[in-house]
Amino acid sequence: MSSTDPTLEVSASWSPDPAPAAPPAAAPPARAAGGAPARLPLRGGLRRLLGSELRLVFRRRRNQALLAVLAGPPVLIGLAVRASAPRGGGDGPDFLGQITGNGLFLVYTALTVCLPLFLPLAVGVVAGDSISGEAGTGTLRYLLTIPVGRGRLLLAKAVGVMVFAAAAVMVVVVSGLVTGWVLFGLHNLTLLSGDTVSLVNGLVRTVGVAVYVMTALLGLVALGMFISTLTEVPIAAMAATVAVTIIVEVLDAVPQIGSFRSALFTHHWLGFGELLRPSVDVGSLASWSALQLAYVAVFGALAWARFTTKDITS
Amino acid sequence: MTPLGVSTAGLTRRFGRQTAVDQVSLEVPAGAVYGFLGPNGSGKTTTIRMLLGLVSPHAGSIEVLGQPMPASSGRVLPQVGALIEGPAFHPYLSGADNLRRLDACDRTADPGTRKRRVDEALHRVGLAAAARKRYRQYSLGMKQRLGLAAALLQPRELLILDEPTNGLDPQGTREVRNLVRTLAADGTTVLVSSHLLSEVEQVATHVGIMSAGRLLAQGSLDEVLGNTSPSLRVETAELEAAAQVLTRMGLTDLVLDRGNERITAQLGTAAPEEVNRELVRAGVAVRGLGVARPALEDLFMSLTGEGFDVVH
Repeated sequence: MSSTDPTLEVSASWSPDPAPAAPPAAAPPARAAGGAPARLPLRGGLRRLLGSELRLVFRRRRNQALLAVLAGPPVLIGLAVRASAPRGGGDGPDFLGQITGNGLFLVYTALTVCLPLFLPLAVGVVAGDSISGEAGTGTLRYLLTIPVGRGRLLLAKAVGVMVFAAAAVMVVVVSGLVTGWVLFGLHNLTLLSGDTVSLVNGLVRTVGVAVYVMTALLGLVALGMFISTLTEVPIAAMAATVAVTIIVEVLDAVPQIGSFRSALFTHHWLGFGELLRPSVDVGSLASWSALQLAYVAVFGALAWARFTTKDITS
Repeated sequence: MTPLGVSTAGLTRRFGRQTAVDQVSLEVPAGAVYGFLGPNGSGKTTTIRMLLGLVSPHAGSIEVLGQPMPASSGRVLPQVGALIEGPAFHPYLSGADNLRRLDACDRTADPGTRKRRVDEALHRVGLAAAARKRYRQYSLGMKQRLGLAAALLQPRELLILDEPTNGLDPQGTREVRNLVRTLAADGTTVLVSSHLLSEVEQVATHVGIMSAGRLLAQGSLDEVLGNTSPSLRVETAELEAAAQVLTRMGLTDLVLDRGNERITAQLGTAAPEEVNRELVRAGVAVRGLGVARPALEDLFMSLTGEGFDVVH
């Protein structure tokens, strides 16, 4: 009932020129012979979906700009410290005083500076945009009728946002490392206890710091994606995600609310200092990371429940 | 009985207190070009969204290509190309990149043939020259064409085109018509929704007319229009003489238009060539004579009311 030769189907007279001779191809196997839907062959679908998602995230200029901006704070801090080096001392974020002695500390200072606002802002924008952005432009309805299963799409989006969050952390770390190396040099690392370990040991600990901070942002990613399933207006989802993060950080700064604070997803963000102790308390780091995974489980489930049952009217 | 490309039974969907789609039972025969007509807000798009599994019905059942929806989405939808309520693409990607993105998300698509299929689809809708331009810079008509290209990335059993000629110039409109004809000739079932009746009348084999959420009429074009007989129009200065002949031949509902020197009448069972012979034999000087089929538009207006206001 239908043509099995795709070249025939190019014959619609859309343009005055004759259609270019398409190479004779084998009949698409997806085509059922009698019009009845056949089981379609699936070819490495999830891998290609993830690849497409990552290209979409990283080729978008807004996201590239967010990453570029995150490279700025380490450079600015480094230059400021360098310019004021003779005076030194004074107040400032943790680790600031040690930068002149060892460029590695610029990485820790930069993360301390970026974690309360810049990193959540960048991650909140991309997480908040993940589903609502596709809904807002209307591309969501076309993705779902391809069809991309809703669960699969949510998974692909989550991977895209997590990789972006990891890249955002890497930008701060690498920018801090390079700036610190150029301005102050990298030396053996003096730990918080005063003990000194080799530069290699210090770099390994720094990688650990980066991985911890990436993990620490997972709760925020899940929260942002859940909010993103609630609306078709991406800017609302982004603003809500960042606003909730700031509210949580304010709550975190009020000691009166007691032990509840340690369950807030921002509470242990700066816990990476644990990695700069002579004997690292792996148990604490693991339990703080487990808290993030709990947030992922809760908000991931909420996002899944919402997204897989939602009417797509955008 | 012909197999059905799309069928629904008692399909119903409410939004708040408003019933957007009310007990709709569509029957789109396989291989048909089904014109899905209705004024703005009559429930066409909600029905289409339910067919595609985007919106869930409150009551009723849906079969697309013989499979229940949305239960069989994974098997049905790869064989369905759709243009739903206008095109939608990523503004910062080029036309070709947007198509590649959609194709990469389709797990039934062969990545090895992607480049060729994207090029073919773009060529087919006349966008080959603008393939590398960002979607943001496309005109409305180019966006619409890209939407059609996306629906044609793979061979399809069923095409669902919601207002496919929106924003197209007359040339583009004619191209879409030709495209629909070509696809239908290949055996593809086409469900095309529109409020442009003359547009649909030229390509459709079947029509369904929606108003205020209900399906008022449905069937082949002949079935739907057949209830009303064609009318005859005679242009002559000798109105009375002509009227006598027409009455004698059994034509009814004569309307004498003296200003334009024209008579219209219901043809009934009379053959127009016989009427012409009799007029000449009676010595009536005929300036013009023609048969007018009742237009779909007349039927549409009589079913949905002529008001311009959105119903509800």
